[in-house]
Amino acid sequence: MKGILAIFRRELNGYFVSPIAYIVIGAFLVAAGFVFSIILSSVMQYAMMAQAQAARSGAPPDIDVPLQVIRSFVGFVGTYVLPILVPMLTMGIYAEDRKRGTMEMLMTSPITEIQIVLGKYLASLTLFVVMLAPTLIYYLIVGAYSDPPLPWRIVGSGYLGLFLLGAVLLAIGAFISSLTENQIIAGVVTFVLFLTLLFIDLSVRDSSSSFAEVIKYLSILQHYQEFSQGVIDTTNIIFYLSGVVLGLFLTLRSLDSMRWRRA
Amino acid sequence: MIEVEHLTKSYGQARAVNDISFKVEKGEILGFLGPNGAGKTTTMRILTGYLPATGGTARIAGFDVFEDSMEVRKRIGYLPETPPLYPDMTVSDYLAFVARIKGVAAGDVAKRVEEAMRMTNITDRKDWLIKKLSRGYKQRVGIAQAVVHNPDVVILDEPTVGLDPTQRSEVRNLIKGLAGEHTIILSTHILSEVETTCDRVIIINKGKISAIDTPDNLTKQLKGGERVRIVARGDSGGLRSALETVEGARTVEVAASEHDGALAATVESDLGVDLRGRIAAKVVGGGFELLELRTVSLSLEEIFMQLTTEEKTTEENAAL
Repeated sequence: MKGILAIFRRELNGYFVSPIAYIVIGAFLVAAGFVFSIILSSVMQYAMMAQAQAARSGAPPDIDVPLQVIRSFVGFVGTYVLPILVPMLTMGIYAEDRKRGTMEMLMTSPITEIQIVLGKYLASLTLFVVMLAPTLIYYLIVGAYSDPPLPWRIVGSGYLGLFLLGAVLLAIGAFISSLTENQIIAGVVTFVLFLTLLFIDLSVRDSSSSFAEVIKYLSILQHYQEFSQGVIDTTNIIFYLSGVVLGLFLTLRSLDSMRWRRA
Repeated sequence: MIEVEHLTKSYGQARAVNDISFKVEKGEILGFLGPNGAGKTTTMRILTGYLPATGGTARIAGFDVFEDSMEVRKRIGYLPETPPLYPDMTVSDYLAFVARIKGVAAGDVAKRVEEAMRMTNITDRKDWLIKKLSRGYKQRVGIAQAVVHNPDVVILDEPTVGLDPTQRSEVRNLIKGLAGEHTIILSTHILSEVETTCDRVIIINKGKISAIDTPDNLTKQLKGGERVRIVARGDSGGLRSALETVEGARTVEVAASEHDGALAATVESDLGVDLRGRIAAKVVGGGFELLELRTVSLSLEEIFMQLTTEEKTTEENAAL
């Protein structure tokens, strides 16, 4: 535990003494704020049009603005923003250590590889939460003016989904970083992999063949959809946690293999 | 303190380390000497538990480096060839981090960091970012990192590489200061370094041990004879024949000296035979103008060359 904490503290400090954390968080918040305001104004515009139409036809408008905003925002961030930002957070996790030679020091210290992997992973996850947290302010502001009231349950499940999705992507990114000494390669490969996952997901989204069903089940983004609709299904939680465990396990194997590879 | 028996490390077909055995006593400084790629780093990495050996055993303080790796790692400090530094950390933060992962008790961390900085003489840079330090300081931080948990054994891979002569001698003195309390293994391909620093030397080449001894004994044993160097003026053929008649002279070489046209000659004799008197008599008696006469001792450098340059062509292929 002490070992994990020492690694965790160093890694988290490492993010903040270099410009990387500030750049990634800053870029994320700019993008998120921009997307949120666009979503908000377009949903409201649509709602007003629907209302006007409803007034003419006499039927009540059935559009819940806050709900739509949350769903669209959480969906957009998870689907398009994280695949770009997560590689930036994970690309250096191991590649940088390997290049600096600090990996050799860590691996000849009386701490286990599990401690190294967990310490580093928890630090990246913490940074991710720090990055995500300020967007909750949007809901406080919207919530103050919202009628019908903001569905906090859906905010909660949407963010749980974002957190779990990020957790899996971080674990995958860390694994890829452990395979190389070059963080640019790690970042690009991670990004391309995430894009591929996204494309595969998009290509089977409207299909219902049995092949598509299998892909859908394995698709990281598919499980994410339900969270943004307010459904917290243990199947989905377990799916993501398995993804995290798999990523960490592969990282562990990768570190182990460094000892057996030709130096 | 360190026992290595029949240690072997193969990478596929190639053997980086081939059946190495040696022992190091507590408090000793052992030098690993060899050309680049001789297997020095590989041996050190096995001792530190970073690489597993293919065969043989290595024990540090009675613990097997593979079976009881964690126990071994607590007892060793290791400076790899490139100091493992985090450029964005301050010196004292960095050392505190290393102390923590090396298992120093939380209450002792500050004290140990102070001590390591004092030993390596870097206290004046404690709040500097490591990336702002000069090469010499970085190397010292690297050494501080290796001793911060007060290990029994300190393993230093090429601790003076890339330093200027002043920094090199500083680091050497630092290493000497560590001995006694710590058992030290260091590797180098610079000979003067082992001559001045180490109690014992292992010359390693192509993964095998060529020689183990004290620097003095090694010099004595391997030079195989005495040499006298003469600088004189006169006829070169005449000088040669005069020297060849000296009783006990085994070989004679005469060449024109690089300055003022004088002749430089080297006479070799059996070990323990002092020919200086006889040579002087012959040279002066033969009517030559004697300018210089002295015994030459074979430097470790030459021994090293002799031991490591045979089969030079195959060396590159075998080297790892």
